Amino acid sequence: MLTSTLGFVAEEKRLFVDPQRCIGCRACVQACSECPDHGGDSMIHLDQVDSATSVQTVPTVCMHCDDPACATACPTHAIRKGEDGVVHTAMVERCIGCTNCVVACPFGVPKYDASRDLMMKCDLCYDRTSRDLKPMCATVCPSEALYYGTADEIAERRRGRAVSDFWFGGQQVTTRNALVTPLSVDIVQIADAGADAHSTAQECLEEAIL
Amino acid sequence: MAIVPLSEIEMLRRHGPHLAYEPPGGFDGRGEPDRRVKTHCCFCGQQCGVQLLVADEKVVGVEPWEEFPFNAGKLCPKGIKRYLQNNHPDRITTPLLRTDDGFVPMSWDRALEYAARKLREIQSRHGADSVAVLSGASLTNEKAYLMGKFARVALGTRHIDYNGRLCMVAAGAANLKAFGIDRAANPWTDIAETDLVLVTGSNVSECSPITTDYIWKARDRGAKLIVVDPRLTPIARTADLYLPVKPGADVPLMNAILQVVIDEGGFDQAFVEQHTADFDAVREAVASYVPEAVEQTVGVPARRIRQAARMWMDAGKSMLLHARGIEHHTKGVDNVLSCINLVLASGRIGKPGCGYATITGQGNGQGAREHGQRCNQLPGARDIENPQHREHIAEFWGIEEKDLPGKGATSPEIIGLAHEGAVRGLLSVCYNPLVSLPDAGFTREALEKLDFFVAIDFFMSETARHADLILPGSLQEEDEGTVTTAEGRVVHVRKAVDPPGQARADWRIVCDLADRLGGRDKFAFSDPAEIFDELRAASSGGKADYKGITYERIDREMGVFWPCPDAEHPGTPRLFEGGRFAHDDGRARFHPVAYRPGADPLDDEYPTYLTTGRVVSQFLSGNQTRRIGPLVDQCPEPYVEIHPKLAEPLEIGDGDRVRLTSRRGSIDLAARVVSTLRPDTVFVPYHWPGAQSVNRLTHRSFDPIAGIPEFKASAVRVEKC
Repeated sequence: MLTSTLGFVAEEKRLFVDPQRCIGCRACVQACSECPDHGGDSMIHLDQVDSATSVQTVPTVCMHCDDPACATACPTHAIRKGEDGVVHTAMVERCIGCTNCVVACPFGVPKYDASRDLMMKCDLCYDRTSRDLKPMCATVCPSEALYYGTADEIAERRRGRAVSDFWFGGQQVTTRNALVTPLSVDIVQIADAGADAHSTAQECLEEAIL
Repeated sequence: MAIVPLSEIEMLRRHGPHLAYEPPGGFDGRGEPDRRVKTHCCFCGQQCGVQLLVADEKVVGVEPWEEFPFNAGKLCPKGIKRYLQNNHPDRITTPLLRTDDGFVPMSWDRALEYAARKLREIQSRHGADSVAVLSGASLTNEKAYLMGKFARVALGTRHIDYNGRLCMVAAGAANLKAFGIDRAANPWTDIAETDLVLVTGSNVSECSPITTDYIWKARDRGAKLIVVDPRLTPIARTADLYLPVKPGADVPLMNAILQVVIDEGGFDQAFVEQHTADFDAVREAVASYVPEAVEQTVGVPARRIRQAARMWMDAGKSMLLHARGIEHHTKGVDNVLSCINLVLASGRIGKPGCGYATITGQGNGQGAREHGQRCNQLPGARDIENPQHREHIAEFWGIEEKDLPGKGATSPEIIGLAHEGAVRGLLSVCYNPLVSLPDAGFTREALEKLDFFVAIDFFMSETARHADLILPGSLQEEDEGTVTTAEGRVVHVRKAVDPPGQARADWRIVCDLADRLGGRDKFAFSDPAEIFDELRAASSGGKADYKGITYERIDREMGVFWPCPDAEHPGTPRLFEGGRFAHDDGRARFHPVAYRPGADPLDDEYPTYLTTGRVVSQFLSGNQTRRIGPLVDQCPEPYVEIHPKLAEPLEIGDGDRVRLTSRRGSIDLAARVVSTLRPDTVFVPYHWPGAQSVNRLTHRSFDPIAGIPEFKASAVRVEKC
């Protein structure tokens, strides 16, 4: 069963990001670009952690912080947090393309689109979730590395720990969306790429007889 | 002489591949669709349910179809962007005749008359078998059935085979030998219920992405995962045990696991005695495969092999899954049998959460191998060399048994026959052998020797460039029909839009051509449903019995699993319940298998294994996916994965250009230096043509039973350019 450090309303639906399951297929990114109001662009991205030593990939969606640094850093109040907790993408008429938000976000979510001179980020598929549809990314994700539902729903489905409480140095950031970690992981540490290169699988590979 | 008429640059300019990025009218002009068509993805054997959005009679997008139980809305990137192939600028929209100035439009009437006349001329001069048919496993069951009937009844040739020959035929042959039937033994829901998943030779994350969710569902319940693969694939990354087997060393590995299981008494004696035959022969055959004795051959330390055996013995329930990684070998059938031996010894098959499956790769890889477009098969998975089966189908088709051609050549052999001049005329549909077959240089020479080549295609594939005549066919979303998924579930592909311009549904083209060849009364179908009705009747009484399956039932029940012999029959999601197998005596067969080396051995000149496979954003020969911009951007060109231990002495850095040379030829590629595969093995994905085609390096060696090529182990030399 999934234990949880989630300090929020259990029936609220949210995105759970489980990098263990990510297969790097980019279905999430491709599906995001198909959302009706995205004009063919994806509001999320997918990164290879360290392709030289690992096939680990991670999707990056907006975590929808309780106190979003992107909005705080925005000099023109272009980034709005709704009453439902969703942090919206920058308002076209206000965004001046200063990229403060890009620098401020501890998760690396907002991206500056030079062709539009606009910051764009995931708004939790507002146009879909407001119509009771799941976000595109979590609907299509083949391995449920991205899962949309309540804390109870995911707790019934899988083992691990849902984390929505992050420490970046001395700064605490709490979020609406959650990261799913293995049960053995208490604290998510930001480490150098490759520092955790020795999974069981990699040990097995190093033992291969040539 | 079927030679490409124009320069490469001019062919590319006229026929592509060009890249499509946006729906018709662009993203900004895409309003609410007029309708949502519930159908299936056109690509792999998972056949995910998806809704196509249609506006102004054009496919403009997709919406997940969450109610379809297999994938519940999940899709890979191909399924999301496949709609961009519709309305594509590269579509062939009129019949095209090859001239010295390139391909020029021709009327349907003249094109059909020309094709029929040329094919008949060749046959009258060189015999009925001088014309061959190459067909495909992305075709619906209706079309697959039609192609088999067309070749044998309208053309009267014995040479028809399909590109499933490059897919799961090794598994099919082994399944038939061991179980007496060729179908995945279990519905995928059994994967989620098991305690141990053993995946061997299957990069499920990229080749069958939805299967990863079933594996994770099992792991969520505490199941263990063992992955066997020369590459550390995304599904292997978190596995409980990963065995980096040497390419082609699958038999010694599986025999060694079984040796430990038998030695330690971890097999199901009662099941073996009651439900199987020939166990003693296998017990004897594996006795010498002690892990310590074979670890050098396998490439994995003995203690890891023992660990795998122990996990296998400790599991209450297990599912063994494999795919092309163990099948694409000159011992593909043996590799599969070594897996089946292990499954049978455990007795864990035919029960909830217990079983075995090959993960079929092509869209209709399962159904397209059942209804008669395979060189050795008649509808209902009947044997073309079995007198009763021949009599039954000949009578059904209203012909004399003596007029029903016998077993023909496999599709790679057909290319060989063209190369030696025995096959002079060719009709192809849904097959791009110039990219997909081994030794591409040989394939090109064979195509160039043909007297007449007519291709049915929706895009100008690299193979179709060699055609004398191209007949514009239909995409999957432009026709109605059924396909049978990797699970054995028959699903309904719904027509979303008409083919563009003068393009026509493939079945109509084939029926029209049959008419010109003088077979009107036997090909008078007015829609795919009529073909399906005939297929159902033809399959009745065969092993792949579809008699009780109708479009209406499929729609109501979200697919029906064959065998389903009548309307009241519920279908058969799980085979072999109660230990009843499909051989006449109800028993499964063990088959002793011994290790044989591959057909392209390593030596000082070619010291490294080359293995090939897919990437998630491309599909097979890429005739469709290389035209879809967002998929091409995801992986624009092939590359070679090289381990640092191999790269460093050769001073190859990440991104460097590297030359790979085999006994057939050379290609230059960008290096990806990664420590996620065996240091004695390099990997190249196979979706690209010409100078980027890894099949310039692979070899024309085939499994003696199944005829599958040895794509997964070639000998190469790696050099920095």
